[in-house]
Amino acid sequence: MTPFDYDRATEVTQAIDAGRIIAGGTNLLDLMKLGVETPDRLTDINRLDLKTIEEHQGGLRIGALVSNSDLAADARVRRDWPVLSRALLSGASGQLRNMATTGGNLLQRTRCYYFQDVSSPCNKRDPGSGCAAMGGATRLHAILGGSEHCIATHPSDMAVAMQALDASVEIEGRDGARTVPLSRFYLLPGDRPDIETELEPGELITAVTLPPPPPGRQTYRKVRDRASYAFALVSVAGIVAMEDGRIAQAALAFGGVAPRPWRDPEVETALAGREPTAETFDAAADILLRDAEGHGGNDFKIPLLRRTLRAVLTDLTTEG
Amino acid sequence: MTIHTRMDDADRRNRLDDMAQGVLSTAMDRPDGPLKVSGRAPYAHEVQPEGMLHGVFVRAPRIGRVVSLDDAAARAMDGVETVVTDDRLLRNPAQGTANEAPVQGPREVFYVGQPIALVVARTFETARAAALSVGVEIADAERAPVAPQDYDSPDKKQSSQGDLDAAMRDAAVTVDRMYTTPAHSSAPMEPHAAIAEWDGDRLTLRGSLQMLKFNRNELADSLGIDPKNLRILSPYVGGGFGSKLGVAPEAVAAAIAAQETGRPVGVALSRQQVFEATMRRSETRQRVRLAADAEGRLTGIGHDAWVSNLPDESYSEPVTQATPFTYRGENRVIGHHVARVSRTCAGSVRAPGEAVGITVFEIAMDELAHAAGIDPVELRRRNIPDRDPTKDIPFSSNMLAQALDAGAAAFGWDDSRPAPGSRREGEWMIGQGMASAVRVNNLAEAKARVTLNPDGTALVETDMTDIGTGSYAILTQIAAEMLGLPPERVEVRLGDTDLPPGSGSGGSVGASSSGSAVFLACQGVRERLAEAMGVAETDLTLKDGQAIADNRSTPLGDVIDGPVEALGHIEPGKTSKAVRQATWGAYFAEVAVNSVTGETRVRRMHGTFAAGRILNAKTARSQCLGGMTFGIGMALTEELMHDARDGHVVNRDLAEYHIPVNADVPQITVELLMEERDPWTNPMQAKGIGELGICGAAAAIVNAIHQATGVRVRDLPATLDKVMAGLED
Repeated sequence: MTPFDYDRATEVTQAIDAGRIIAGGTNLLDLMKLGVETPDRLTDINRLDLKTIEEHQGGLRIGALVSNSDLAADARVRRDWPVLSRALLSGASGQLRNMATTGGNLLQRTRCYYFQDVSSPCNKRDPGSGCAAMGGATRLHAILGGSEHCIATHPSDMAVAMQALDASVEIEGRDGARTVPLSRFYLLPGDRPDIETELEPGELITAVTLPPPPPGRQTYRKVRDRASYAFALVSVAGIVAMEDGRIAQAALAFGGVAPRPWRDPEVETALAGREPTAETFDAAADILLRDAEGHGGNDFKIPLLRRTLRAVLTDLTTEG
Repeated sequence: MTIHTRMDDADRRNRLDDMAQGVLSTAMDRPDGPLKVSGRAPYAHEVQPEGMLHGVFVRAPRIGRVVSLDDAAARAMDGVETVVTDDRLLRNPAQGTANEAPVQGPREVFYVGQPIALVVARTFETARAAALSVGVEIADAERAPVAPQDYDSPDKKQSSQGDLDAAMRDAAVTVDRMYTTPAHSSAPMEPHAAIAEWDGDRLTLRGSLQMLKFNRNELADSLGIDPKNLRILSPYVGGGFGSKLGVAPEAVAAAIAAQETGRPVGVALSRQQVFEATMRRSETRQRVRLAADAEGRLTGIGHDAWVSNLPDESYSEPVTQATPFTYRGENRVIGHHVARVSRTCAGSVRAPGEAVGITVFEIAMDELAHAAGIDPVELRRRNIPDRDPTKDIPFSSNMLAQALDAGAAAFGWDDSRPAPGSRREGEWMIGQGMASAVRVNNLAEAKARVTLNPDGTALVETDMTDIGTGSYAILTQIAAEMLGLPPERVEVRLGDTDLPPGSGSGGSVGASSSGSAVFLACQGVRERLAEAMGVAETDLTLKDGQAIADNRSTPLGDVIDGPVEALGHIEPGKTSKAVRQATWGAYFAEVAVNSVTGETRVRRMHGTFAAGRILNAKTARSQCLGGMTFGIGMALTEELMHDARDGHVVNRDLAEYHIPVNADVPQITVELLMEERDPWTNPMQAKGIGELGICGAAAAIVNAIHQATGVRVRDLPATLDKVMAGLED
């Protein structure tokens, strides 16, 4: 950890164009100890008034400082957005969820082994240095959306559920406030894996908004290497509404498989209006996986994602 | 006075059974427990002397020869005192009981992550930042490959009897399979740490170490000082599992830095450094050949193991340690093959040898049971030999049959051999599996001093360590039992090289060896009391601070007018070779495997164990619980991943090196066969139980996965991808 200055913001304006923002610190501090993150100034925003969950245009507005624990436990979330509550509770540990915040969770960095090891080349950490994951250990890595420059996955569970829920991110900057749909918030690595989101330098996430509860049933299924406290190898956030025995609409987002919470509108289109049969689900999986590419250690994610998607769809379309 | 015993003969006196206090073998709470849970038990890095400096290692980012070390930026940082690059820095920790320095020198880098310099600063944070700022230039040098390639087969580690090939040819049923287990890390809760402080030419080192009498010589040899000028303190150790057997880089570096700066220096490893710069268990490849007749009786056994280590390390994972004697079979070939690699040093990790050797062998036995159509428990029963079939010597005691029977009954083992994959609950496929547990038993030389005071208190002193195992508890109980004192009247002092040298903790010898030394010392005290009372020691009853003989009950204070002190000294002798000594057990597991994802959840697990006299039913049970939990990790999740290009440890934290978490560990039940007394082992008739609980535990789970799904995983751990690959689409 390199020496840094530390200040506290008490107004949102003080946190704009300020130092590196720290809230829960559950990810940033670890990375600072490893020398991966080397901010020379930290701005602590924990005193900002961003800790409330309020009803907003039929949906919810979740302050950026709402802890993962509080969000998961919110009665409205549990009742109307259970996919989000389940995703949150499947992540990290109780202690970490008490500290981790909504805004921080969106911005957590990849668990790629090589990103965390400053001795390894990494285009995300050190642009242009190369990608050590290519040809290395890739169990955690992406099968969708990667590039030759980076195949790291986004580690969040919460963001996967939010992606399926059509959430948006409220951002404050020097030029005022703006709202970015989560579907556009995360960038694919391309040749600049160091640029991960739409967030401009100096901007601050102030809230996440959820639209009104979607019709249908919701679930979050996370597949991982141990029963708890492990990042997703594959996860599926699914919301499916049925009508007359057919799928009326489906929203599906996937974690552990791509550099961002992955959502593929064509998969959902392929499901809409269909009977929930094995053929329907396989056809959807075919579309989802049409460009999937394994890198050795993560090849298994391709069949695993197919199997998990089928199981989630079976679950969501079966009465009982 | 010294009571010295060499174990040349069986000791069938069962003297402890004659005692009256009634505290030994009970589930007594640890006397150190309240200190530990309230943070008052000082661990190595917690007693920081005034003015202590902090040292943080610079790691080698690649293999080769250090050409230059640019520490200008580090030295320029405010608070940095020095950068140590002394030639005495260790390449890697000493192996257990090495008693001398391991390979030294920070210029030659043999594995990625090797500590090559120590940055010393006034605060830990400064030292850490400065260590990261050091630029290192490393040139290519001739090194071993990063992955095992060429293996040596040392003559003395190969053995053969009969004709295994013929046995395989003539057998009704055979198994011939290759298996692999990955490298493991001990990952103790307390990272390795040391604080060094010099007083003239005398050094005091607080360390997190398991075997102090060896560590003192190792550290003195590493530094080039007289061991007499060195005192090591390790009163509390937060887990070792073998990774703290030998003196390690942090202790040597702290001592050198303290010498150089003239101030105390503390060095605490980061979790990442624990993974890459302490000890790993070698990965293994194992070939098991089994030849059996139609009833499953073994006629031949082949067990070959391929392991690895750094150059110039004599240690190699003793995979086949229990293969010579566990099962019958007149034709037997055992092979051991070692490759030199440029990877983190391989050393002892909990139950070296059997942990992976029995596990693989017991998977092969399960394959044999299926091939022969015999219940796996019955197959084991049929193959218990009457004598050690390799050495043709008797067993000191063989409790495998009892453990199998008792374990099967306690678990409710289903011996109907249901077809794999036949039991389902929704998405989950249910199966049961079992395995035998075997671990060699050893005795180590140990000394302990016991002082009985007229006020009815006693003091036990030895440099034995308590690495979380319960040494404080059992030594308290032994002394309390022998001297007839309530346990709270006994004080046990451990972990100080100024005290008589015990066995140290390792190889499951600590309790029986250091315990025997305490037992003998107490015997000496009893003899003095008996003498004072004019009776034979065997006619003396001690209970609740009273000495009872000839129908007289006398307070101890009336028997002795000053402290009575005795030294106990136990040494292994002829019984080590005259009989085959081992501990025994059986594991049973029920798993649910998800038919969609291949995820395995252990639903319940049971172990029945026999280890001679059990000294404390609670700490013994805890050891077995811990071992079986390790087994769950070995079966399902734990794998130290090495990068294929430079051999570095890829998963260097507890988020990615997956030890089991609470949610992975179901209800585990442990049954101890309390009645066993093994007269050949030591005067307490006790055996080591520290490692028994892991020796084969993983096999019960892997075998249960097969029963549940029909998928036979031969490359551990049985992660979901390997299971899923064998499941229906």
